Amino acid sequence: MFGRGNRSTLAQRAADAATQRLLEAGKLLHRSDTTPDLRVLYQVRGSVNDSPYRERWAHDKVVRSTHGVNCTGSCSWKVYVKDGLITWETQQTDYPSVGPDRPEYEPRGCPRGAAFSWYTYSPTRVRYPHARGVLLELYREARARLGDPVKAWAEITTNPEKREKYQSARGKGGLVRTTWEEALEIAAAAHVHTIGAYGPDRVAGFSPIPAMSLASHAVGARFMSLIGAPMLSFYDWYADLPIASPQVFGDQTDVPESADWWDAAYLILWGSNVPVTRTPDAHWMTEARYRGQKVVVVSPDYSDASKFADEWLHPHPGTDGAVAMAMGHVVLKECFIDRQVPHFQDYVRKFTDLPFLVALHERDDGGLVPGKFVTAADLGYDDEHAQWRPVLVNALDDRPAVPNGTLGDRWSAEKGRWNLSLDGISPLLTLYQDAGDSAEVLMPRFDGGEVVRRGVPVRRIGGRLVTTVFDLLLAQYGVPRPGLPGQWPTGYDDPASPCTPAWQEEITSVPAAAVVRIARQFAATAEKTKGRAMIVMGAGTNHWFHSDTIYRSFIALLLLTGCQGVNGGGWAHYVGQEKVRPLAGWQQISMAADWVRPSRQMAGTPYWYLHTDQWRYESFPAGALSGATGPGLFAGRHTVDLVAQSARLGWMPSYPTFSANPLDLGRRARDSGQDPSLWVSEQVTEGGLRFACEDPDAPENWPRVLTVWRANLIGSSAKGNEYFLRHLLGAQDNATAEEAPPEARPRDVAWREAPRGKLDLLMALDFRMTSTTLFADLVLPAATWYEKHDLSSTDMHPYVHAFSPAISPPWQARTDFAIFHGLARRFSELAAGRLDTAWDLVATGLLHDTPAEIAQPGGAVPDWRDGHPARAGRNLPAVRLVERDYTAVAAKLAALGPLPGEEGMTVKGVTIHAGPEAEWLAERCGHAGDGRPLLDTDVKLCEAILALSGTTNGRLAAAGFAALGERCGPGSELDKLGASVGERRVVFSDTQERPVQVATSFEWSGKESPERRYAPFTINTEHAKPWHTLTGRQHFYLDHDWMAEYGEQLPIYRPPLDLAALGEGGAGHSGVTVRYVTPHSKWSIHSEYQENLLMQTLARGGPVIWISVEDARAAGVADNDWIEAVNANGVVVARAVVSHRMPPGTVYMYHVQERLVNVPRSQATGRRGGVHNALTKLLIKPTHLIGGYGQLSFAPNYYGPTGNQRDAVTVIRRRSQEVTY
Amino acid sequence: MRVMAQIAMVMNLDKCIGCHTCSVTCKQTWTNRAGTEYVWFNNVETRPGQGYPRGYEDQDRWKGGWQLRDGRLVPRAGGRARRLARLFANPDMPLLDDYYQPWTYDYANLTSAPLGDDVPTAPPRSLIDGRPVTITWGPNWDDDLGGHEHLGDDPVLRKLQDDVRLEYEKAFMFYLPRICEHCLNPSCVAACPSGAMYKRIEDGIVLVDQDRCRGWRMCVTGCPYKKVYFNHQTGKAEKCTMCYPRIEAGEPTVCSETCVGRLRYLGVILYDADRVGRAAAVPDEHDLYPAQLGCFLDPGDPEVAAAAEAAGIPDTWVEAARRSPVYALITRYRVALPLHPEYRTMPMVWYVPPLSPVVDALTETGNDGEDAGNLFGAVRSLRIPLTYLAELFTAGDTVPVEASLLRLAAMRSHMRAINLGEEPDPGIAEGVGMTPAQIEEMYRLLALAKYDERY
Repeated sequence: MFGRGNRSTLAQRAADAATQRLLEAGKLLHRSDTTPDLRVLYQVRGSVNDSPYRERWAHDKVVRSTHGVNCTGSCSWKVYVKDGLITWETQQTDYPSVGPDRPEYEPRGCPRGAAFSWYTYSPTRVRYPHARGVLLELYREARARLGDPVKAWAEITTNPEKREKYQSARGKGGLVRTTWEEALEIAAAAHVHTIGAYGPDRVAGFSPIPAMSLASHAVGARFMSLIGAPMLSFYDWYADLPIASPQVFGDQTDVPESADWWDAAYLILWGSNVPVTRTPDAHWMTEARYRGQKVVVVSPDYSDASKFADEWLHPHPGTDGAVAMAMGHVVLKECFIDRQVPHFQDYVRKFTDLPFLVALHERDDGGLVPGKFVTAADLGYDDEHAQWRPVLVNALDDRPAVPNGTLGDRWSAEKGRWNLSLDGISPLLTLYQDAGDSAEVLMPRFDGGEVVRRGVPVRRIGGRLVTTVFDLLLAQYGVPRPGLPGQWPTGYDDPASPCTPAWQEEITSVPAAAVVRIARQFAATAEKTKGRAMIVMGAGTNHWFHSDTIYRSFIALLLLTGCQGVNGGGWAHYVGQEKVRPLAGWQQISMAADWVRPSRQMAGTPYWYLHTDQWRYESFPAGALSGATGPGLFAGRHTVDLVAQSARLGWMPSYPTFSANPLDLGRRARDSGQDPSLWVSEQVTEGGLRFACEDPDAPENWPRVLTVWRANLIGSSAKGNEYFLRHLLGAQDNATAEEAPPEARPRDVAWREAPRGKLDLLMALDFRMTSTTLFADLVLPAATWYEKHDLSSTDMHPYVHAFSPAISPPWQARTDFAIFHGLARRFSELAAGRLDTAWDLVATGLLHDTPAEIAQPGGAVPDWRDGHPARAGRNLPAVRLVERDYTAVAAKLAALGPLPGEEGMTVKGVTIHAGPEAEWLAERCGHAGDGRPLLDTDVKLCEAILALSGTTNGRLAAAGFAALGERCGPGSELDKLGASVGERRVVFSDTQERPVQVATSFEWSGKESPERRYAPFTINTEHAKPWHTLTGRQHFYLDHDWMAEYGEQLPIYRPPLDLAALGEGGAGHSGVTVRYVTPHSKWSIHSEYQENLLMQTLARGGPVIWISVEDARAAGVADNDWIEAVNANGVVVARAVVSHRMPPGTVYMYHVQERLVNVPRSQATGRRGGVHNALTKLLIKPTHLIGGYGQLSFAPNYYGPTGNQRDAVTVIRRRSQEVTY
Repeated sequence: MRVMAQIAMVMNLDKCIGCHTCSVTCKQTWTNRAGTEYVWFNNVETRPGQGYPRGYEDQDRWKGGWQLRDGRLVPRAGGRARRLARLFANPDMPLLDDYYQPWTYDYANLTSAPLGDDVPTAPPRSLIDGRPVTITWGPNWDDDLGGHEHLGDDPVLRKLQDDVRLEYEKAFMFYLPRICEHCLNPSCVAACPSGAMYKRIEDGIVLVDQDRCRGWRMCVTGCPYKKVYFNHQTGKAEKCTMCYPRIEAGEPTVCSETCVGRLRYLGVILYDADRVGRAAAVPDEHDLYPAQLGCFLDPGDPEVAAAAEAAGIPDTWVEAARRSPVYALITRYRVALPLHPEYRTMPMVWYVPPLSPVVDALTETGNDGEDAGNLFGAVRSLRIPLTYLAELFTAGDTVPVEASLLRLAAMRSHMRAINLGEEPDPGIAEGVGMTPAQIEEMYRLLALAKYDERY
């Protein structure tokens, strides 16, 4: 009988009815009515005073907005306004329908979002521009004396005394109010000085997760790109990027929207606490159970999700890979050997690399190990890119064949062969025959033993001893076949041989019988439903050092059972995976690719690893974690040496790139008259050009100016927080770790005395106080999400919708858009006569989805230091010379440049031209006199993003599919798919009206429409479009040299790091030693809402650590006692929450509990207790540094080393219950 | 027959994810103001746990609700004379510590701290008087089984102490969102010496007349659910209003519309006011649930419709009662149950008990809980003990709880067959006294739960 509140006609009708009813009732009743026994007193309105609640409910308007927080929710909210003040918010319910026979999106939201309006007028709101008082005094004095902002900035940052004075005051209070004029002048002066003195790549911007507020992100990133400053990646840095995704799929992350869980008939929630971390989506899981979906939860604690589980498995933290390997063992044995399931057979032959041939490599000792893919070049073919065409055996004629769709077809001059059609080819899965040839292969193991010997069937092809990936996989999983040599398990109950159910039980504690049962149920469901079995995988399995191996073992299960690229099936990775649905437009705008190409995009993890000097405290050699079958490539080297090698080979980008100002290099390169690539190659070879990453502590190689917006770096994402404070900021810290002793130091990277305080300026834009603002030199008051125009999208649902201002920014707050435009204007003024126009030598990595990904054939390490000829773009970074008019930055920021129309826009290797869109935008937004469309308001910026993207502009989607169709060939019917969406168009006002569904586009891998939910790779499976990988199929096998070194060519179980054995983390403290895990919190989204009074009230009122009853007893800790967690990296002071839902041996400190509220001084150091990352330190996994090789190529936030933190250990002890603040 | 209309609610605990969005939207809308800092008209409890205020279900201590004396219903807190004698010193009332001492932080310190020797923080301060405080309890202290040593003080658990162990391997929990029950037989109304508390005649919403309330707080004691609160600024009682300004405008309550678990249903129930007194006074507590069901009138019955019309109930309300999802879940499918019927207040916010996990306990024997053959055994060996649920919903009688859970389990089993493209076994529906068509109707209401069918 109730309607939606925002449908005024319905509401009005109901109100009229209510009034009428009340009037009628009133006629009948003239006095109080009671039951005969006087138990109940009945009253009607009119005789009582109920007006206070009516008055409270009354409001003047309701405005649609959302929350720009990186939760992937992207929920639409009603913001209530009364007397010009925001009062509260409730969820919108008017989403596009999911379908008549399914639950709907409404009413997406969560308690964090519902508490947001608290911030608007809270005492933690940043109301005015602030600066550190010490810095401000120094600046004002120098500015007055020198009469020049840039000279003033130069002086105070180069005078050692002055520099030390303001840097050491960071994080110690003393912020004072300043004016916008002064704040922007300081910021502009710092940028101008740094670019002139050190180079634009010494400036950096950090702003994560664009999807959560596209325009606010883009405007700042655009400013950075126009001046040539690198933007730092976040997804890999947050360890949310699953490296397994580019490794297996060749894509960043593409996952089903949550409504597709409904389609799944079997659902495993693996390390993902959906009710807490995907609150608005969880209902599909609870509701799908009523459709008969089975739910299995794998979690070490009895989590919120476990409540919904038909079965709860609780392996020891970080051992999930062993469970998955054993499940794979069962599936391979029962569905591929004992019996052959047609759906699975068809799927793996067509869509995976399992039939492809791998050569066995003979080691010096004569042992055989898995080697490289056999390619067309190995067979003697000399067609274009033959080295990039892996081969398989065609069962029809039993001969090697080169199938369509490999990477060679993607970049060949001849188009039309990049597809998965198998004309005349039936891929042979195994070379196994009765009494056929076989060979024993050494496989690595990491579960205690070193190697295991297992036989594979072999043939000699192209002069090589070869087998198939499938045959290697059976060996890896220990699935025996008669007649093959080697060590094989005797059965599921054999605990000694890797990958059996009994083997995993000893590692994980999960009963072998449970693993067998769930593997069977999973496979049986996939067989019956043609792939509708799904694994939701989360941070619990994705934040480990070896998470890529865990994920590959999960994905293997899904590929073997034909679940990927199917609605209701496949992987559902939900860790910070927000999706910019209008991708092409956002890319152009945010990278300023409409004006200047390329932009500098930096992998976050190596950036922080180098510049916060965490590598200095790492004393184990990089080879310590290599596999026993590897060639020993890392022997005697430090991980930072591998970081440097990766940079000099062009694998990962590195900024600052060279030990020189790139503006000077640009001038020199230009003056030389040579091609800049040749000039750089020569300079490097001759030693005239050195890489900055090989001497990161030299002052000319420090990052100097960092702007953080829409983010909380210090205190939230900064793994190794205390090292950030010490080395980057020069503030005080709580770390006690020792530096690596001389014999354990790097070989190629210079060792100097450790610098303190590299950054000249840390600037933060925020609407609230965070750890970052507490340490920042300049704090600029930003508008909240209810005070600006913007766009929001996510991969959890297929629509885009708007932020709209419910009120104007109060006090002196400004939108991010206004702040960056203000900064750009002041910057351009100060640049005149100082920077003017310059030539910038821009070096970038060898990029994914570009022809650069076929730079280094064979997956070798062609280091020019080892004698390979140095060539920029081949085994050196790619370089381009870029002209920058620094006086025109503000003007370019506010207008759309010509390149999208002239040169086109390239997304995932597909180029489209946006000529008509530029004309449309000029008409819609006006132009700057020169015909360039204006982007001088946030609304126009949003309009441009929508107009330039295929998901929101069908013309571009159709153009993209046409181009892709040409590459793939007519059989793909991609042009038809494009035509089906060609008429779709979304403009900004549509998104303000209500959430609008986007359309299928070549920018993404899945199809979507009102009739079906978004599921990834459905374009691949339904249109025979190859994956963006070497074989064009989903990869089980990775043949790069460094993968072989690490023993990870195939899915494998690797346990959590033994930090004590590596000499990490221990500090000899007394107390109970436990694993320290930092899962996502119920009462915050990272640090957002963490200090919100409503959330703290529903939680425990301050930082807490969850601890098991057993560990609490051992430490003498009672519930709510103050405790300290101490290791060599730092100290955390918190209260204990003692609970029997926690497993012994592991504590949880939920993610991002900052120092902001209720953190006393620690007993260990006498200083303020640390944040959750005070106990962590960065450790880089070298295999994530690989580049220049197919899907193992860099793209920002797409592929790069993860800033993992989950392998940490700490000591817990009860502290004095007397605390001081 | 005296036909009356009641706005009632059903919450499906089997879908509750414990997110507390309902609590926050309610708090923000209604009680984030001076005098009601500690007040949560809507709260969510983790069970097992003590709840809010702590241990409120211990009526030996708090004396809420009704009791039978000589076959007559009397307030547990005593008769009118006894209550009047205690106007100025009522020992049966929770103190602020039993709720929690509301706090805030010295947030301003983060921006305004002068240059010092360490990172500024915001220490806790009392929200009542601004003085430094130590935080030792809150409105959701035992969230997600937090505070092992406190959980044993759950009054329900204490009744079952020997049967239920709080151990890692045997861990179980579920969430219980609570608002005012808007009872048919409200003990708070009866307890009010001022005549300020009343039940609206047109829709049964229980309210406090802010002009008549004299702040005696007898309602706080009288309510066994502790859902009437004292505003220490105005000196008057306040409580959940069922969002009547929204209800009157045809909108669902804030807690319902903002429930992202989509587990709340609102609807009209017609009942016979003349039967309520007798039903609340049945001697055996196990009979209270069926007795309350017996008060509800079938809106499809022409006699009821005629009587409703005679009683001045608009036709649109009778039609709403016919389409009421609440009526369907309570009487047609019999999956929703009342909370603590033994308090004899005839509560009108009902609950579908939580089903999961069902297979878990069976897997030791290698069985599949959703297989029809195992279904009935599975429900008897739940991870959440039936006895615990029965103490909440049926005064300890496990039979109705088991029947409800079996219907949910049967729905899953029936629908799984359809999902997998198999023919469902009609015996599954029959086994729980339903037809396949009824199961599919119930599935529509519980699983699809479209907006216009929830409210």
